[in-house]
Amino acid sequence: MKWLLDYLLKIKPNFDEGQKLNWLYPLYEATETILFSTDAKTKSAPHIRDSIDIKRVMILVVVALIPCYVFGAINIGYQNALSFGLERTWVENLIFGAKTIIPIIVVTFVAGAFWEILFAIVRKHEISEGFLVTCALIPLTMPPSIPLWQLFIATSFGIVIGKEIFGGVGMNIFNPALTARCFIFFSYPSKISGDMVWLVGPDGYSGATALSVPASTNSADAVSLLDGITQFDYSWINLASGWIPGSIGETNKFIIFLAAVALMIMKLISWRVILGGVSGLFAMSYIGTLIAPFSDNSMLSIPPHYHLVMGSFAFGLTFMATEPVTGSHTDTGRLVYGFFVGVLTVIIRSINPAYPEGVMLAILLMNAFASLIDYFVVKVNIRKRMARYA
Amino acid sequence: MGENPISIHVLGICSALAITTKIDTAVVMTIAVVAVLSISNVVISFLRNNIPNKVRIIIQMSVIASLVIIADQVLKAYMYDMSKLLGVFLGLIITNCIVLGRAEAYAMQNSPSKALLDGMGNGLGYGSILIAVAFFRELFGFGSIYGAQVIANQIYLGGYENNGLMILSPGAFFILGLIVWAHRAYTGTSDKH
Repeated sequence: MKWLLDYLLKIKPNFDEGQKLNWLYPLYEATETILFSTDAKTKSAPHIRDSIDIKRVMILVVVALIPCYVFGAINIGYQNALSFGLERTWVENLIFGAKTIIPIIVVTFVAGAFWEILFAIVRKHEISEGFLVTCALIPLTMPPSIPLWQLFIATSFGIVIGKEIFGGVGMNIFNPALTARCFIFFSYPSKISGDMVWLVGPDGYSGATALSVPASTNSADAVSLLDGITQFDYSWINLASGWIPGSIGETNKFIIFLAAVALMIMKLISWRVILGGVSGLFAMSYIGTLIAPFSDNSMLSIPPHYHLVMGSFAFGLTFMATEPVTGSHTDTGRLVYGFFVGVLTVIIRSINPAYPEGVMLAILLMNAFASLIDYFVVKVNIRKRMARYA
Repeated sequence: MGENPISIHVLGICSALAITTKIDTAVVMTIAVVAVLSISNVVISFLRNNIPNKVRIIIQMSVIASLVIIADQVLKAYMYDMSKLLGVFLGLIITNCIVLGRAEAYAMQNSPSKALLDGMGNGLGYGSILIAVAFFRELFGFGSIYGAQVIANQIYLGGYENNGLMILSPGAFFILGLIVWAHRAYTGTSDKH
């Protein structure tokens, strides 16, 4: 590694102020600090001695996503084998799945890096590592059959409209990864919703997800409806362990749970958002089960513990809703914010049959309200203090 | 160029969202707005010394409203299909802030010939943005330009799809926002807070 550092330090003067390659300085700076630790010091107080910086935080989140990628790849292979009626070992499944997701990852990162570097050079700021997390999240939210050119446009949209127009990392209102997914959702709905896209199988092979089954069939009891599906095993335990068709990274809830616990212990994500989200989901779906006997909408009869493992709720709550920039910033605000993410998810899932999954829209909607929640939390606090000292 | 009503002053946004899914509606809307705006500017400029200051808004509105009704009737008589497409938005030219804004800010102080030029300039500036937005929305949303298919069938067979977002009104927001961004970056305008 020594020779690389020496080389980097040797070419460094070329990028200084007034030199010919000065416009490429952001690129140089990014290469140097990704490969080696930085010796940059904060210019003004407070000075905190800590080896952690935004780069390390972002990298840790990306590391937490790697198990989702591995499981996602195996599951793609498994679903493919299932649809063709083949017997395959998990290694073969992994290889098959990797062939599907590696192009998706590459396209996402190429698009993301292109825009990030372009804006860094034009605006003359350092390349921010935020795009690494954004680009690591986008493939996991996609169905495995997503056309790559749509992915490229969506990633560009997410990075530019979702983040850069607000001024870059830390200024965005909406989660860029979800903005990208939302773009495909409304632009090319046939490729990201419906029954056909969630697994790589023969043409016309339908893989209705656990959420789309009760969304399209009226029944008094959604659980027995799901148990009646013979094509897939939609029991609770199998929904949780993720051998089901779905977006690439969200199917296995155990892996997501472990990642959430690890990130919470490292204090990289807020436990308040998670707690609020899960209780909101439980509260609203419990209300749903109370209404269910009076309605023929089978989504209402899904019990709370099923809601938790169906669809992308666990993934969205852990990796998207907890994003520090777009969520609320006060502690009480985070609880409220998470709570409404859970409530809205169930409402969108149950009430609107066109959107069997509501997590993405729920989080984006709450992103818009996050600072309003903060505003009221601060107001209440001010009033309390006024009352105390008046 | 530096004073475009939409991209610099951000006026008249509602109609820019509503009628720009295709170029032909945008063109007709542009013609209607240019006609109403320049005639109303001229009429108000002629009357400007006889309008009592206290009731000037009412008088401006009645001039503009009569002109919009005439434009609406002309469209109904000669381009019935188009007037059905434009629907309520043609009538809503009355509420378009550009028309009243120019009458109040320019025609009340200037001679008829200057007011005519001002009206035509603002109308065309408004229309150019309208047509630009419609161009992108029609191209990406329907694959056509002014009703003619420009994206070949082979491309569709190769997996290309029309962008559904462009047909929805948020699509107009995004296109309009990008145009405003590009225009302001080019002219170096920014709002002062």
